Amino acid sequence: MDLKDKLVSSFLAFESKVDVEHPVHDIRSEAIKNFEDKGFPSKKAEAWKYTSLKGLQKIDFSIFPKEVNALEYKEVKKFFLHEIETYKIVFIDGIYSSFLSETTHDGVDICLMSAALTKPMYKPVIDVYFNKIASKDESLTTLNTAFSREGAYIYIPKNKMPKKPIEILHFSTGNETSLMLQPRNLIIAEENAELQVIERHQSLTSNEVLTNSVTEIFAAENAIVDYYKVQNDSKAASLIDNTYINQKDKSVVKVHTFSFGGKLTRNNLNFFQNGEHIDSTMKGVTILSDKQHVDHHTLVHHIEPNCESHQDYKGIYGENSTGVFNGKIIVDKIAQKTNAFQKNNNILISDKATINTKPQLEIFADDVKCSHGCTIGQLDEEALFYLQSRGIPKKEARALLMYAFANNVLESVHIPELKSRINKLIALKLGVRLGFDL
Amino acid sequence: MAYTEEELKKELETKEYEYGFYTDIESDTLPVGLNEDIVVAISKKKEEPSWMTDWRLKAFKAWKEMEEPEWANVTYQKPDFQAISYYSAPNSKPKYDSLDEVDPELLDTFKKLGISLDEQKKLTGVAVDIVIDSVSVATTFKKTLAEKGIIFCSISEAIKEHPELVQKYIGSVVPQKDNFYAALNSAVFSDGSFCYIPKGVRCPMELSTYFRINQAGTGQFERTLVIADEGSYVSYLEGCTAPSRDENQLHAAVVELIALDGSEIKYSTVQNWFPGDKNGKGGVFNFVTKRGICEKNAKISWTQVETGSAITWKYPSCILKGDNSIGEFYSIAVTNNYQQADTGTKMVHLGKNTRSTIISKGISAGKSQNSYRGLVQVSSRAENARNFSQCDSLLMGNECGAHTFPYIEVKNKTAQIEHEATTSKIGEDQIFYCNQRGINTEKAIALIVNGFSKEVLNKLPMEFAVEAQKLLEISLEGSVG
Repeated sequence: MDLKDKLVSSFLAFESKVDVEHPVHDIRSEAIKNFEDKGFPSKKAEAWKYTSLKGLQKIDFSIFPKEVNALEYKEVKKFFLHEIETYKIVFIDGIYSSFLSETTHDGVDICLMSAALTKPMYKPVIDVYFNKIASKDESLTTLNTAFSREGAYIYIPKNKMPKKPIEILHFSTGNETSLMLQPRNLIIAEENAELQVIERHQSLTSNEVLTNSVTEIFAAENAIVDYYKVQNDSKAASLIDNTYINQKDKSVVKVHTFSFGGKLTRNNLNFFQNGEHIDSTMKGVTILSDKQHVDHHTLVHHIEPNCESHQDYKGIYGENSTGVFNGKIIVDKIAQKTNAFQKNNNILISDKATINTKPQLEIFADDVKCSHGCTIGQLDEEALFYLQSRGIPKKEARALLMYAFANNVLESVHIPELKSRINKLIALKLGVRLGFDL
Repeated sequence: MAYTEEELKKELETKEYEYGFYTDIESDTLPVGLNEDIVVAISKKKEEPSWMTDWRLKAFKAWKEMEEPEWANVTYQKPDFQAISYYSAPNSKPKYDSLDEVDPELLDTFKKLGISLDEQKKLTGVAVDIVIDSVSVATTFKKTLAEKGIIFCSISEAIKEHPELVQKYIGSVVPQKDNFYAALNSAVFSDGSFCYIPKGVRCPMELSTYFRINQAGTGQFERTLVIADEGSYVSYLEGCTAPSRDENQLHAAVVELIALDGSEIKYSTVQNWFPGDKNGKGGVFNFVTKRGICEKNAKISWTQVETGSAITWKYPSCILKGDNSIGEFYSIAVTNNYQQADTGTKMVHLGKNTRSTIISKGISAGKSQNSYRGLVQVSSRAENARNFSQCDSLLMGNECGAHTFPYIEVKNKTAQIEHEATTSKIGEDQIFYCNQRGINTEKAIALIVNGFSKEVLNKLPMEFAVEAQKLLEISLEGSVG
């Protein structure tokens, strides 16, 4: 049975586990219908031209994990940002681990989607926000919506700010030979609220994992959201990440994506600017090796006037890896005085690596400043020679130059511990040790 | 000049004879619709050899299987392919007896473009007195070309006279099955031009001049084949700055360029077909496939100025097959009122040390939509490939749109690709500066647009650059509120 049929038929089994009377279930039923119609996107679809899901569809993923698995903190400590205090929402094989987590209801809600979807006290919020900006048409998003049950739920009321950053971690133990996970996150920052989130997916074995995640983020007036995605998963782990962000007046949302690992990673990052004087920032560093495939699809929809968006994606591609960047900027007719900038720089360091990039501008307003730049090139031979002539070995010299290349993106990481962690990951990925942090 | 009136008369007589072949079929336009019989009938009427008929049939078979592409960023009512008559002999009778009968608006445009009276007559289909300067100029040109061994004739003539060249190269760059419109064109192409430049010959003139005067009505399915043999050079200009009011709604042309080792082809297009009226009614659909292949050290340079047509769907491309070959693309696309243009280029780098440059300028005004769609592809064997792309869009008014869809696919680590795009409007301070110096707003805009398009205009042959510049002004007339 192929994966689509399996998923569609599993929906019946899924219905026995959730409250079918809850209004959210109507949304689920609607969503599974859409997925049944559309199925997995093929390479014929323009948005999936460079990324094939064919291989994944052949794997017999189990949709529901068989048992509850536990992990010792010391086993997984290194995946946490343990240098600082954080709130933690941890899932093991898709199931919430209260032992590893640290949630709160003290002034802010940092807890679980399963609670939010079932408890009456959250219903008013769910009614207003759940599935409101996630696409009702895109097949993978609707697939997630159909099976939405668990994930992180974060609600920051007006003028509040959680005391520490929030980590969302998904571990897969490999107890199943192949597992499909569909976490669903909802993050709401009310007026003047501020928060920082770090999201990470980690597989602990070499068994196949496919994660199809959907995150909805709502930033109300003047809210500030800082979101970091750390993607350094095992070679058998694939991730399809769909993030939808709705911004209101004067809100600032930044999303940083660090892609170093995984088999296939697809990031669909969608910004909708429903207000004026909004600032949206997307930055990313991608360093790939082996047969890895990372696909960044960004969309910024400028709906109202006087907004800004900034995109900066850097990629270093080695061995047989493939990188894709598709950045789309839409400026509506009334969105005058929009400033939209996009930059995508790539370095190929292997003969077999491939980069496909497609920056796309669709502009309907005349009084705008929009630009996009894209480069593909190599490390500067002269700079390399300069460093070597001063006694720095070639490997380190190359790494140093690549660090410099990626540094623009790292500069805007506001959590110093995270920044040094990312630096270490980059060093690890480049196979060098540098005696300093950038 | 050693060319006497006597000779000219003779030449004209033989010319009449050449066309005499049309006279007996003039009455029978083929029935509406398209099927295998029609394709065979077209081939027969053109007295084509059997290999050509087979070639057309193969294309037709492929076309039947294909679907009309929908990926372009344009919306229009799809033409009904069974409601078109695919062959009608060129009408040799003049449409009008004198210029007075021609639409005065059209004549006004001619005047602005500075087109000579005789040419105006020719372009509007007014009966032309036989002994005029232009004809003798044309015949002299033909003689000069023949001396150099350059073959420049209609493609139907080439199929009969030079079958070995045509058979070898037709469809070698744009295969019959390439795309929907190319397949259609391959099956039913009415006529077009053929040009062959022998080894080491530098074509002494812009083939444009000749072309403008002698172009017969080539119909809606035009096929052009240009072959530059080793070490040769040719500059070819297609189209015309003058507006042409063609009643054909659909134009599906194919242009193939073959640049053999060390040769250079410069292909310039000025397209100003009827764009429809101010309310977006009518207008020509222009679906063109243009592609060139570069062998070792060869160079192909496309320059285009697109101001007409209701729908433009056009991607002049270069396949840089040989090592050290060069591809260039310079384009200005202007859309006004309800026009829609989806245009750009493909640069396919296959050989080592290949270089390509893309400069695209889009200007949208009124309620028009202007898209740039391009592909830069570097294969894994194309060492040291280099590309520079720049796409700039200028928006005038808040009801138009500018879009860019640049695809970049690189499979070689030594490649250096740069792409940049900007979108903006004409700065108020720029206009203010001009106003302050006594230049009215309309003139100021023309000035700024000219500056914006200069990089491309500079690439056009001189006399056309001047006309193209005026054409831009005319196309944008009244678009400033």
